[in-house]
Amino acid sequence: MPKHQGIKKVLVIGSGAIVIGQAAEFDYSGTQACRALKEEGLHVVLVNNNPATIMTDKTVSDKVYFEPLTVENVAAIIEAERPDGLLATVGGQTGLNLAMALSDAGTLAKYGVALLGTNIASIKQAEDREQFRALMNKLGEPVPSSDIVYSIESALEFAAQIGYPLIVRPAYTLGGFGGGIAQDEETYISLVTQGLSASPIHQCLVEKSIAGYKEIEYEVMRDANGTCITVCNMENMDPVGIHTGDSIVVAPSQTMTDREYHMLRTSSINIIKALGIIGACNVQFALHPETSAYYLIEVNPRVSRSSALASKATGYPIAKIAAKLAVGYSLAELKNPVTGTTFASFEPALDYAVVKIPRWPFDQFQNANRKLGTQMKATGEVMAIERSMEAAFQKAIRSLDIPLDGFRLPALSNLPTNTLEQMAIEADDRRLFVLFELLLRGKSTNDLHNLTAITPYFLFVLKRIVDEWQNLQALTWSSMTPERLLKAKALGFSDQQLAKAWSISPSEIWGQRKSWSLLPAYRVIDTCAAEFRSLTNYFYSTWNGSSDERSGNRKKVAVIGSGPIRIGQGIEFDYCCVHSVLALQNLGYEAVMINNNPETVSTDYEVADALYFEPMTAEDILNVLDFEGITQVIVQFGGQTSLNVAAELEEAGITILGSAVDILDQMEDRDRFYAFLESIGLPSIPSFTANDAAEVPVYAEKLGYPVLLRPSYVIGGKGMTVLHNEQELTKWLKKTDLIFPVLVDHFITGKEVEADILSDGENVWVSAIFEHIEGTGVHSGDSISITPPVSLSPEALDTLSDTARHIAKNMDFKGLFNIQFVYEQEQLYVMEINPRASRTVPISSKVTDVPLVQLATALMLGASFQELEIEKLYNGQPNFTVKAPVFSHIKLPGLSPILSPEMMSTGEVIGSDSNASVAMQKALKGASQQLADLEAGGTIFITEPSLVFIDKTIWQERGFTFCTEASMPFAKWLKTDSKTAYIDLTPDPDKEQASLAAIQRLHVWTRQETVNAFENYVHALHGLTKGVLAK
Amino acid sequence: MTGVLTLSNGQSFKGEWHGDAKEIQGEVVFYTGMTGYEEVVTDPSYKSQIIVFSYPLIGQYGVQTKHIQSKKIQAAGIIVAELYEGPIEKGAMTLASFAEGAGVPILSGVDTRSIIQNVREAGTMQSHLSPDEPLPDVWKPIQTQFFTAEQQDQEITQLGDGQLHIGLVDFHYKSSILEELLKRNCKVSILPYTIPTGKLDALQVDGLLFSNGPGDPAALKAFFSVYRDWAERYPSFGICLGHQVLASAFGANTAKLPYGHRGANHPVTNIKTGRVSMSSQNHSYVVDESSLEQTPLSVLYTNVNDGSVEGLYHPSLPVTTVQFHPEAAPGPAEHLELFDQFISTIQQKKKVKIHA
Repeated sequence: MPKHQGIKKVLVIGSGAIVIGQAAEFDYSGTQACRALKEEGLHVVLVNNNPATIMTDKTVSDKVYFEPLTVENVAAIIEAERPDGLLATVGGQTGLNLAMALSDAGTLAKYGVALLGTNIASIKQAEDREQFRALMNKLGEPVPSSDIVYSIESALEFAAQIGYPLIVRPAYTLGGFGGGIAQDEETYISLVTQGLSASPIHQCLVEKSIAGYKEIEYEVMRDANGTCITVCNMENMDPVGIHTGDSIVVAPSQTMTDREYHMLRTSSINIIKALGIIGACNVQFALHPETSAYYLIEVNPRVSRSSALASKATGYPIAKIAAKLAVGYSLAELKNPVTGTTFASFEPALDYAVVKIPRWPFDQFQNANRKLGTQMKATGEVMAIERSMEAAFQKAIRSLDIPLDGFRLPALSNLPTNTLEQMAIEADDRRLFVLFELLLRGKSTNDLHNLTAITPYFLFVLKRIVDEWQNLQALTWSSMTPERLLKAKALGFSDQQLAKAWSISPSEIWGQRKSWSLLPAYRVIDTCAAEFRSLTNYFYSTWNGSSDERSGNRKKVAVIGSGPIRIGQGIEFDYCCVHSVLALQNLGYEAVMINNNPETVSTDYEVADALYFEPMTAEDILNVLDFEGITQVIVQFGGQTSLNVAAELEEAGITILGSAVDILDQMEDRDRFYAFLESIGLPSIPSFTANDAAEVPVYAEKLGYPVLLRPSYVIGGKGMTVLHNEQELTKWLKKTDLIFPVLVDHFITGKEVEADILSDGENVWVSAIFEHIEGTGVHSGDSISITPPVSLSPEALDTLSDTARHIAKNMDFKGLFNIQFVYEQEQLYVMEINPRASRTVPISSKVTDVPLVQLATALMLGASFQELEIEKLYNGQPNFTVKAPVFSHIKLPGLSPILSPEMMSTGEVIGSDSNASVAMQKALKGASQQLADLEAGGTIFITEPSLVFIDKTIWQERGFTFCTEASMPFAKWLKTDSKTAYIDLTPDPDKEQASLAAIQRLHVWTRQETVNAFENYVHALHGLTKGVLAK
Repeated sequence: MTGVLTLSNGQSFKGEWHGDAKEIQGEVVFYTGMTGYEEVVTDPSYKSQIIVFSYPLIGQYGVQTKHIQSKKIQAAGIIVAELYEGPIEKGAMTLASFAEGAGVPILSGVDTRSIIQNVREAGTMQSHLSPDEPLPDVWKPIQTQFFTAEQQDQEITQLGDGQLHIGLVDFHYKSSILEELLKRNCKVSILPYTIPTGKLDALQVDGLLFSNGPGDPAALKAFFSVYRDWAERYPSFGICLGHQVLASAFGANTAKLPYGHRGANHPVTNIKTGRVSMSSQNHSYVVDESSLEQTPLSVLYTNVNDGSVEGLYHPSLPVTTVQFHPEAAPGPAEHLELFDQFISTIQQKKKVKIHA
């Protein structure tokens, strides 16, 4: 069937800010969908207020609205744009919920907007647990005994019938937020209470727990003709009980017989047919490990994190094909874009194993509750591909980019065995490493199976790694043969691990391997297990076999990616990598992308000329460069991850484009950095380098409190803290495990400003300047910021630009870097120079029309500054743009929401307008969407000493009342329905109260400037709600 | 012990040998499904072939009697990238011990993807599997002829006790074909393919299912006219070799594909409904579409990827044939309804008979 006639303009809803449970995967799927629709000649209008995305680039759609994703806003956009169709299945749960709300409000019918793909009734049938259960009963598909409850009373009634353990799942929430498994009544009551409040319709499903079953997923597609395919199935290593987003997942399934595989495949297809899905759908099952009995867990009638993973694991672009199905194509008339010769109506055959491991934020948030359950906590994930499962696991582990010793987590080696066993049972983010540790201590796979219910197959895989490690340790380097070394490599051991086993340097192994011609092969992901020829350059390395053909042979440059999304290193770096690839292609180069994050656009095989799915270690990267014959790489765009490998690459003879590694080190090493500033006549912040804990208080005393402690080379301000007096310092030093040297800075109290700078060492372009709303002491990623600045004098801005130019001219650096400034009274200090792209680059590029990354890439490759014609591109920045951070505190119990130099936010939104106040309102509205509604007023709990900082009348006029401990105890306030915000502006806010408030989706304000911003927002709210559109 | 697979194009691939040392020649074929090794190695259509699994990890769930498709391993040799030797489900036996018991060697640690690329580029080939490296003195031709005019075993086995009586014409059927009939409450007579027409008629079967089987359908040329007579008098359903044989019986020609279709992901289009579905396939030979002009048959299914004939029907007789495997095992179970249709066709015919 050809595409639908009569559809010319389509509105696509994005997923908004990155939060846990809804992350970069929707940039990938959204970008694919927008491009697929444009390919069909459709006019694409996009609404998404997440600036760090590729999908919001001008070139991806025809028009972008950076607007809060509310019914009113989208309705206003529909009124103005009059689209013929709406695509709501690529914007995650946010997109789906919005489409349902727009349909319920009659907006779609009023403006004659057709919902493309799966229709509203089908979406509702899949999403509404009651309707869904009824349909499954009709189909004879087993679902666990469950009940829909709206109150604690009815929940308890169900518990009395079924007994514990029980699972609580709130309706319509992201990433299973608010749910969990209750072993007893007390936990159950607390989960149901939390779940009812988390659910927008105050509805929870309570069901019999089937924890311990195998968890299996299918990615299914269906076209309007009724043709169904399953693109991929996946098996969770962690049995049912841990959210699939927090589970280690392999593809394809490994321990299911053909009969089981097809039993669940048939079931998936029956379900998708009965629901009438048109597009993609994710079906999750629980399979009894012995009897083959199964239960249906969940159906997601849209593209999802799993579909992104399945797309990357198989090469089958689910979102792209789903978008084509939504406009009327059938699977059989679409080509399989990987082979180019076969058709989209087939099921990929894999000839490799894929392992996904989630990336959790607990290396940064050590105080948060790291236990895993039905509520997702990971911020990102890595994927690895190999032809043996062991090697795939080890590659995935390397890709996590956390401080490990091979497959060992050093902190666990000191724990007693019974503690480790308890950790294996209770499962937190460290479980994989706990299992390795227990195997190293001689526990059998059977012991571990009894503790964890993990299928013995997976434990056997881990054991083979451990056994091989122990065997290797018993060998010596001098006795090594090529055959024996190859065996170790084929099980995934890195040169670094091996070097450790034999106490030699990794380069010695590298050198010997090369002389023995022991190099990995590169295989293509071709969707068809080599049955058909495929010229797609989507590769993975393997030590099991020989290499496939690599087509193309122009001059090449590799772009090193940023790995998994984590706090402080988010989707913005993927944006930068993608732009660098585009720039390389425009300059006539072949762009080779190396990355391991399955969620992102950069790992879409259609983006770069060749894609390598590899860990971001020097060895893995050098192997690729060797295979490709590449000598030039770009490390400026992959955040700290790519920067961290620069030195080893340079040492191996690779050219780091833009600057020598020495310059990067000069900026990153605080001592050298301050010396640099001094050498070019700029004042630096008074500071000392402490080489051990004893030196810290001495230097602090010399500098005067407060002081800022900062380690070098960190992401997201990790380990940074402000200490106000000696007592605090002593306490902090006692409880913190520091790696010295540590820098002790005088803590400057003032206004932070930052800018991204394009430079070729001679000429300089200072891009948009961002003024941070919150003063120093708040990580730049967590502060609200505005560009152009509103409170700096023209002279101050001139000084700043001059300083930036002065720096650039004195750095032997080509490309893009970021400077963080601080004004203390009239004195301008340079706080930090990040010799790489920064978090603000996508926003900066979008608000100025100057594509910073593309220009930086050109500069690195020798383009002259003049030919870039930046002035011509620059739009004069006609609007004010405000960036507001978005936090995922609701997913991370125990994490203190108090703003500090350590970053906590997971995402951001922007608001733009010619009026700075309106821009601010839009940004804050967008950032508040997951939080208590401020429009209707409510109660604000404020700590007594904070009262003096607040102008109560403005709030009271807007329907707010204030509570203090004296008028209503905090615990009691927390139980009220009217609670909206918590304020504590004291220097050392109450962490416990703040955390409790944050987990209840309340606003938590710990800085005067934040309160002021929201004060203005609340004040203007009524003017804003009538649907303000972007210009 | 190490071993080597040598293709007749000269390429050789080393691996680790499992099982007793022996030297084998056989046609090298590859299977692209990711599950189903138990069913594949016991499927009689793979008789005497050396099977290469494209999925690199084989053996994770062992082998269970309930999944096997015939009493023994039919393949002559099994080539895998990695043979799993860890814990398996209770009651299952390991693939290695199952193969060893059957005297079928497994070569593991092999670069299977490269073998498949060779077969894909050079076409199907004879191959030589042995623990030592030397090449065979004589390359035997690929074995394609598995049927003789004289069948050894002439016994008719009967199973089930339902109302409908189906004759399963045995070209070495897969046990799941039989199971599908028994599941539908049929009485099944397993018929030697050489059964004389008189003896068949005496059984008073209600319909015939022409089974799958190994090799070239032309090996059964001597029986084509007999089978045509049967198909014109009994509702008939042909699967795989059975489909090729029936097509040939009605006058069509068959040809050998460059490297066959073997996998669980082959899309086929039903010409009547336009619907595309996934099928399980295992065949080297294919019915030549242009030769259908000489027959009363029409195309029912085509392969989406190469357009080849995947199913036929007779416009006036209750005769349907499919090149793929509706019984799945291994593979997608999307075409089980073809068995239902076969049964209901017979039932309707019976009703007419009764009422007539």
